[in-house]
Amino acid sequence: MTATPASATPAPATPVPATPSAEATLRGPASDPAQVSPALALGDDALVLSHRLGEWAGHAPVLEEEVALANIALDLLGQARVLLSLVGDEDELAYLREERAFRNLQLVEQPNGDFAHTIARQLYFSTYQTLLYGQLASGSGQFAPLAAKAVKEVAYHQDHAEQWTLRLGDGTAESHERMQRGLDALWRFTGEMFQPVDGLGIDCQALRAGWTASVTSVVERATLAVPGGPQTGAWTAGAGRQGLHTEPFGRMLAEMQHLHLSHPGASW
Amino acid sequence: MVTTAPTALEAELLALAGSVPDPELPVLTLGDLGVVRGVRVLAPGKVDVELTPTYTGCPAIEAMTSDIERALHDHGMTEVSVRTVLSPAWSTDDISAEGRRKLAEFGIAPPRSHPTDGPVPLSLSIRCPHCGSTDTELLSRFSSTACKALRRCVSCREPFDHFKEL
Repeated sequence: MTATPASATPAPATPVPATPSAEATLRGPASDPAQVSPALALGDDALVLSHRLGEWAGHAPVLEEEVALANIALDLLGQARVLLSLVGDEDELAYLREERAFRNLQLVEQPNGDFAHTIARQLYFSTYQTLLYGQLASGSGQFAPLAAKAVKEVAYHQDHAEQWTLRLGDGTAESHERMQRGLDALWRFTGEMFQPVDGLGIDCQALRAGWTASVTSVVERATLAVPGGPQTGAWTAGAGRQGLHTEPFGRMLAEMQHLHLSHPGASW
Repeated sequence: MVTTAPTALEAELLALAGSVPDPELPVLTLGDLGVVRGVRVLAPGKVDVELTPTYTGCPAIEAMTSDIERALHDHGMTEVSVRTVLSPAWSTDDISAEGRRKLAEFGIAPPRSHPTDGPVPLSLSIRCPHCGSTDTELLSRFSSTACKALRRCVSCREPFDHFKEL
């Protein structure tokens, strides 16, 4: 991480499309919701979920899962570093932005809950990310090289989530109930994944259709029920990409940014 | 970008960069792993190296970069820049036959090859690097590093790492 902090450079000369000014990027919601940088949206998804998964360190049900979740977090962190570097200084973006300047989906900021809850979040998100990166990899845009690489990593995340969904859903009465609870609780955050992000060039309808088919197939094989409620809450529809986040996100950020804010420039 | 055949010096420097051991799997060289994509001499003493990560988040990439810089500095190159490139994406098929042999010898089951053309073969079983049995089972999809899965041999009961196909 050797990039010069954006504040020290006169003007960003990097050829990044539709980059908001450094001040706007760090401080607040985009004045025009359509102006969300796609690199920031995808980078924040990866960064925030990586941090949530890292919170399992020392708490996972078994050692193998502790290692698995940390490895998935590491893959996501690597993707986040590439994506955020397209926008500006990766450290500054991760550690100095306020809550309203983050563009991640509300799904990825949801607290871990129990292990089944985390697996439900993983199933929803990894299925989305596999399809999204698959589409980006087959295009010729600026994200194609990263997507072509990341889609192979994410395929393992999806496989991990699917196998656990099957095992918990088709397991004991308690694991079945907890897995269903996790799927139900997070369902209302899934609609935001299919909102178009300007500049990404994604076929959102195909994304939704592929996602629904894939998740439905796994959930049914796991003897679980696909949640029936709306995929967005009335007041939260698509709000994460516009910088509106749920209440637990502020506490997560406070912890994630604490060291850097208390000891600026700390390294080891 | 002008692409020309590598000069004798470039071939020599590529071999040198490729002989650097992998920081996490020192039994392999970066050349065995297939991560050094090219070396170009821009001016006398000034060289540009292209390195590709195995996984996007591979934390070893920084150690690899400084190890390559040191190796080329020691060879008289005063200005070495190592650039990370993502495309084309690295695949386990880039690991050399020699690399696969060393992995197995080290106790890590090497990745299987992706079929490139022709009929799709039956999924090959993963062989225990200790006793050679093909009767092995998956314990966890992620092991000590993101690039490995944890398996156990049903015959000799030893756990072992398997370098996952990517």
